[in-house]
Amino acid sequence: MATTTLETAQEGKIWGGGGRPFGAPYGKLMMWFFLISDALTFSGFLAAYGMIRFKDALTWPVAEEVFTHFPFLEGDHPLLYVALMTFILIMSSVTMVLAVHNGEHMNKKGVVLWMLLTIIGGAIFVGSQAWEWYHFIIGSKGGIELNDKTIMHVVAEDGKAISFSQVVHGMEHGHASNHGEVFTQAEVFAAINANEALTLKEPGKAGKSFNRAQTIAALQTSNTVQGANMRHNEYGKQQFANFFFFITGFHGFHVFSGVVINFIIFYNVLLGTYERRGHYQMVEKVGLYWHFVDLVWVFVFTFFYLV
Amino acid sequence: MAQQHPPQGTGWIWKTFWILLIITTVEVALGIIQPEFLEGILFGTRYLNYIFIILTLVKAYYIVAFFMHLKYERKGLQWTIYLPALILIPYLTFIVLTEGYYLFG
Repeated sequence: MATTTLETAQEGKIWGGGGRPFGAPYGKLMMWFFLISDALTFSGFLAAYGMIRFKDALTWPVAEEVFTHFPFLEGDHPLLYVALMTFILIMSSVTMVLAVHNGEHMNKKGVVLWMLLTIIGGAIFVGSQAWEWYHFIIGSKGGIELNDKTIMHVVAEDGKAISFSQVVHGMEHGHASNHGEVFTQAEVFAAINANEALTLKEPGKAGKSFNRAQTIAALQTSNTVQGANMRHNEYGKQQFANFFFFITGFHGFHVFSGVVINFIIFYNVLLGTYERRGHYQMVEKVGLYWHFVDLVWVFVFTFFYLV
Repeated sequence: MAQQHPPQGTGWIWKTFWILLIITTVEVALGIIQPEFLEGILFGTRYLNYIFIILTLVKAYYIVAFFMHLKYERKGLQWTIYLPALILIPYLTFIVLTEGYYLFG
């Protein structure tokens, strides 16, 4: 480093001015300070999520029952898809470190290759998130919304939630997920009324259960809900959907901007801007942002999908 | 306080990658299996959740220390980053979750 001689000369009065106490360039320091404030923002969101979850601890939707889809596979596969997304993001973090590493050795070809892979990884992640949102929004099993806005799921004799598809078409012909098929309220309620085995149960660890008589009575004043948005949520508590959209959306926006910023820097690398400048510090700075996006995902993954 | 440099070569990058991958795999496996003996409750949440949170913090450390190179920065810069996060985030979490607990009760 060019600054080493200066630093050694100033050892002992490092904060005396004229030196670089942190030994880091201005842009890198500012990136770190931005990331600290961004980290506190995400902490605020996740803490708020935790508070509402503590408040509704007994009836909060169980993540393993909500996020169960995997592309091209029928049936329930909890956690697998987000595990794949996590893997993709960690992988793109690794390619980013390799890009920074090549930048330190002024190896332009290496930076180009690894940054390109980082951008592709980021794009795949954003796409995966879109897929996840799509399935969350069209819904899975469908829910019954009581007149006090409580969401109930239809359960079979074994106490397991079944889909509207299974309610209407029967257990043999119906799918475990509705796959976007829309059912009218009349056909769902008629099927429940006709099948003595079906009752209603609230999602969550200790949600309430209705017996057969309560189920029939409740249907008089209820609505069917399929999918989730900011007003209705078939999976249970409305705030679960709102926090999901807000926090994963905010994180997804970070990933998206990360991809855009990475692309701009990648383009500059191609033009040879940093080769002429004599250093690849810009790659290191966007690298910091990119790793931060991965860092936030580690926490979102834990608190949304695991805990 | 001379600035340390990360180890030569790319071995340490892949080592960090394997650590992160293994921890994630353990988390997902525990999440799918949901072992019976980890269902006990301590201070309002399951043992399993403490394991998830500790593993997450370990992952966070490896990302910040190695991928973000913070371990190889000057001590002053390290503490400038670590202290606000280590003081404010647990504090915020503590007061907000306590409030949530009272809302539940």
